[in-house]
Amino acid sequence: MKADAIVIGAGIVGAACADALSREGLSVRVLESAFAGGGTTSRAMGHLVVMDDSEAQFTLTRRSREMWTDWAPELPASCEDQQGGTLWVAADDEELRAVAPKVEFYRARGVQAELLDARALAEAEPNLRPGLAGGMRVPEDRILYPPAAAKWLLERAGARGATLEERCEVTAVEPSRVQTRDGWTDTGFVIVAGGFTSARLLPGLRIEPRKGHLVISDRAPGFARHQLVELGYLTSAHGTHDGSALTRESVAFNLQPRATGQMLLGSSREFVDFDDSINSRLRDRMIRRALEYMPALAGLAAIRTWIGFRPCTPDNLPLIGAWGEAPGLFVATGHEGLGITTAPGTGELIADLVLGRRGALDPLPYAPHRAMDGHS
Amino acid sequence: MTREPIERVRIQLDGAAVDVASVGSLAAALLNAGVASFRQSVRGEARGPLCGMGICMECRVVVDGVLRRACVEPLRDGMVVETR
Repeated sequence: MKADAIVIGAGIVGAACADALSREGLSVRVLESAFAGGGTTSRAMGHLVVMDDSEAQFTLTRRSREMWTDWAPELPASCEDQQGGTLWVAADDEELRAVAPKVEFYRARGVQAELLDARALAEAEPNLRPGLAGGMRVPEDRILYPPAAAKWLLERAGARGATLEERCEVTAVEPSRVQTRDGWTDTGFVIVAGGFTSARLLPGLRIEPRKGHLVISDRAPGFARHQLVELGYLTSAHGTHDGSALTRESVAFNLQPRATGQMLLGSSREFVDFDDSINSRLRDRMIRRALEYMPALAGLAAIRTWIGFRPCTPDNLPLIGAWGEAPGLFVATGHEGLGITTAPGTGELIADLVLGRRGALDPLPYAPHRAMDGHS
Repeated sequence: MTREPIERVRIQLDGAAVDVASVGSLAAALLNAGVASFRQSVRGEARGPLCGMGICMECRVVVDGVLRRACVEPLRDGMVVETR
């Protein structure tokens, strides 16, 4: 029987699309080339964070974090969901001056945020070095374990009849049909949620893999309480791919206390195509950056390092919506480092677009055919 | 021909003095001494050497207060070892 929709990719975004479409009563097949949650989703930190770098990013992250918060009571223990909050750290007075307007930006839009002075910062996180200027706490931000969250979304969709086919590679797509090793299959709507591999199916899609490193420590419960991110993170994340040495490669202090008591340390960004080797020079630079903020990290043992590829777009906003003029083909990818956060809103928006209705999110800023600076 | 006796060294293992055969790495000595669990996982399961070559980090123990991989840790007389 023909499925109403075929979702390509069982990462967190494909899983959220399957969940949202099945909630609307559509019959859904999810086709995954490897296994569910095993790609970029399995490499991510799982920081559910409201971002203020643009109104569009803010709207999508806030809506999505709201949805994760609503779902939190249903999440199984394997998802390691916790509401630890984010603490954005201001290193000096110049960075601290930028915090008050940020706090205002969040509050004016109904998101809790507090300005911390140097003393309040030190009390909140005693392992930060003395002399930091302060920061901003966003108490309702969360952390979860992304592969388990993707699995949970797929299971919820499965309970409504959605099916998951793993080790099933899609080799070509057209509106309302997909090609696998078994030939072409007709469906109502095709949703390409293949992360950084999506461009293989949709030539012209402007996605590049942006590699990152993560390092995880042995257990040190209580070492940090919040997800700690330096305010310079936005500069690191938003350096565009314009070829300059400054932005092709960057690091930022980003530390997350896992539910296991381990400390998960990021972050790095580089454009190196699909080179999946550990760049020990950049990893060490990332660790040195963290030590500038938290010298006590030197006492923790790093037990593993891994890399992942973020699906990066030229303007750092995801690509969510119809692909081409013909009905029946949609794309949902390009979430860069925010896919775990923004998967729920993405799924909701895809369901609204598929059903041709106006929902909670204005689709325009995420439209895949928008003009983007930096690539023309 | 007489076989040379295996040298033994005395270590402190979880607070007790233990004589172990000096057979190479700390991991080899602990296994030889019958230590089955080098540490516990988050869920309290036993963990011990897996790769034996310093890659998997499964055999980590605390040596003189510092976390070490037992499989690549040389055995020394008087070392203080804590399994967890």
